[in-house]
Amino acid sequence: MQVDLRILRFDPERDTAPHWESYRVEAEPMDRVLNLLTTVKAEQDGTLTFRRSCAHGICGSDAMLINGRNRLACKIRVDQLGKKITVAPLTGLRVVKDLVVDMDTFFSKYRSVMPFLMTDSPAPERERRQSQADRARYDDTTKCILCAACTTACPSFWAQPSYVGPAAIVNAHRFIFDSRDDAGDERLEILADKDGVWRCRTIFNCVDACPRGINITRAILEVSRAVVERSV
Amino acid sequence: MRIDHEALVIGAGGAGLWAALELARAGVSTGVLTKLYPTRSHTGAAQGGVCAALGNQEEDHWEWHMFDTVKGGDYLVDQDAAEVLAHEAIETVIELEHMGLPFNRTPDGKIDQRRFGGHTRNFGEGPVKRACFAADRTGHMILQTLYQNCIKAGVQFYDEYHVVDLLFEGGEGGDGGRAAGVVAYRIADGELHTFGAKAVLLATGGNGRMFSITSNAYSLTGDGMSLAYRHGIPLEDMEFYQFHPTGIYGIGILLSEAARGEGGTLLNADGERFMSRYAPKAMELAPRDMISRAIYLEIRDGRGAGPKKDYVYLDVRHLGRAVIEEKLPDITEFARVYLGVEPLTEPVPVQPTAHYAMGGIPTDLRTRVVRDEANTVVEGLFAAGEAACVSVHGANRLGTNSLVDLLVFGRRAGREMAAYCRAAEAPSIAADVEEPVRSELDALRTRPEGESPSALKAELATLMMDNVGVFRTARMMATAVAGVAAIKDRYTRVRVRDTGRIFNTDLLEARELGYLIDGAEAMASSAIARTESRGAHSRDDYPERDDVNFLAHTLAYRGEAGPSLRYKPVTITRFEPKPRTY
Repeated sequence: MQVDLRILRFDPERDTAPHWESYRVEAEPMDRVLNLLTTVKAEQDGTLTFRRSCAHGICGSDAMLINGRNRLACKIRVDQLGKKITVAPLTGLRVVKDLVVDMDTFFSKYRSVMPFLMTDSPAPERERRQSQADRARYDDTTKCILCAACTTACPSFWAQPSYVGPAAIVNAHRFIFDSRDDAGDERLEILADKDGVWRCRTIFNCVDACPRGINITRAILEVSRAVVERSV
Repeated sequence: MRIDHEALVIGAGGAGLWAALELARAGVSTGVLTKLYPTRSHTGAAQGGVCAALGNQEEDHWEWHMFDTVKGGDYLVDQDAAEVLAHEAIETVIELEHMGLPFNRTPDGKIDQRRFGGHTRNFGEGPVKRACFAADRTGHMILQTLYQNCIKAGVQFYDEYHVVDLLFEGGEGGDGGRAAGVVAYRIADGELHTFGAKAVLLATGGNGRMFSITSNAYSLTGDGMSLAYRHGIPLEDMEFYQFHPTGIYGIGILLSEAARGEGGTLLNADGERFMSRYAPKAMELAPRDMISRAIYLEIRDGRGAGPKKDYVYLDVRHLGRAVIEEKLPDITEFARVYLGVEPLTEPVPVQPTAHYAMGGIPTDLRTRVVRDEANTVVEGLFAAGEAACVSVHGANRLGTNSLVDLLVFGRRAGREMAAYCRAAEAPSIAADVEEPVRSELDALRTRPEGESPSALKAELATLMMDNVGVFRTARMMATAVAGVAAIKDRYTRVRVRDTGRIFNTDLLEARELGYLIDGAEAMASSAIARTESRGAHSRDDYPERDDVNFLAHTLAYRGEAGPSLRYKPVTITRFEPKPRTY
């Protein structure tokens, strides 16, 4: 089948503003958008620029705005989108070139929530024990691949770029609810800040955007509840 | 621009990150350079587990793990290295748990373990539960956990810096020179940077993208291997390349061996568990090389499934929804997304997929790069993970041992480099070291005309897939040797379409193609010279293993007229070579 692919292009060395370009690409229904992009780059325009690596939804390189929703280009198929497909960079991050956005602010938000295990007790000889129920408590938020699809789908982030955003909260959740961790208090203090969890308006865009199926809004609400419980 | 550190880590997968962590803990000024963001590294795609003889589920000993590794590698494994691997696997896995890795748990709260191919109790008696796992995203959790701990330790990252050359002082790397740093291309703006350091670690992963059907990320183009090779350092055992039996049909995305570890079966078009013909005892838990060959033979003999009779089925239906959703959620989703197949109710079409380089940059047990059959050390240069060949995998790697390798030897690399940096003087670097690579990159983008690198890359991948795959003959490999030489020649005349400075991926893909060609050249030449069948190197014309002539590692040195080959002996300590049956 022929797909009409429209891509929002921007080359800072040539363009003053982003512009749409159209490509006609031969595709199979099971092809993914990443296949279309690599075909265009190989056969029609070598200057088309996008990040990609694993090509099966696990590395998080190729999140972009596809037919109006944040998706991984390697995980969304042509048959799920139809014959007209539009692709644009993620919203709310500076565009470096074409579909590549500047990820630095996204990763600094991630680092700000202390996304690492902190324990007060010395490490035992063997593993720390953890019950299956305790392990299950934070399972969902361990799936995050830091693709930024959630944060850049969030209207609260668009309105207030200083908002720490859903991805950082997901990664804080992963430690706050890990029974082995002793630094939940410090993280909750960070997230109680004006740019923390209270900026969430439960719009659920993040849940729709997450390619890993994480229930992000629930995770944010659980962290919010923990912030409240801590302050009373 | 010039940046100095005491140590540089090239690549931010599991091996690089653990090395960086050790260096940071030791107070050594370290820069980590990655052409991606660290969390994009392909360690994150590893699924099934990481083996360590913890004995949490049943009796197990590291000596059994060592034996399985040696036998799995068809006795080409250096046994002193396998001993380090199996022994230190235990403390590294425990340390990962202490760092926060969310392993699945047993009912009493210990790290859960499951079966994996080729891992046995009591020197081959039967399967053992040795693979420690976090659902089927163990690699993802390893990568995340190590990155998290690097953040905690204040490791300095240079994200999206593409290393394009190695620097040596006092001669080439292969000729007595000492590592002095690297040249890196900053992807954001196309600027070259010279990084000076006393110690450099190559942890750049494998080169599966030289094949057309592969589980490997686009990024896996063998950069570190190629750069070492270009500086006179040999590549070891490149003919041993693993084809994983269960790639998604037509695409190559991996469906973890964990599916079989949990009880999944392989079926041919007649619905028959064909492994009974090839490995009656181990069945679907035989090593990967044997299963990939079995699939190839089933297809060759007309028992493949589908309209072209060119795949077999992975069947997990009988495992039930609970096991599939709790222990194999990701690969179940892969089948749904990429094939439109529902594994709960349908068998999944699979075919062998290019997966892992057993060979690579030769190192000693201390991860120091060595450059000849006498193991002469290249001072200041280290390698670990899939880029390296220490050699713990020999002729065929066992499932999960890639993760064990990068953890154990990544950790060793960091410690070894920290000790080296304390004693070594800072090297001196000449002023014009960026010039050679600058002119190479400029040529790619300023040639008035030239063929497209992406078309040439596709040709290379098809050539290698067709001729240096699961089964090989002299005729096929000769086709590959000649074909790679022709592609190498044409590569000198390619031209990229994007001539810009900012985020020029067109240019970098062309550069990467050069690395792939180097790896393919070393692989094809090493393969045709090995007139035996051993592990993943399987020849129709020489079907038997030949320990008299080929119980030896290949060393391929770069030469103008193609690689020259030398051989070094295999280290044998505990286990004398025996016929390999499962």
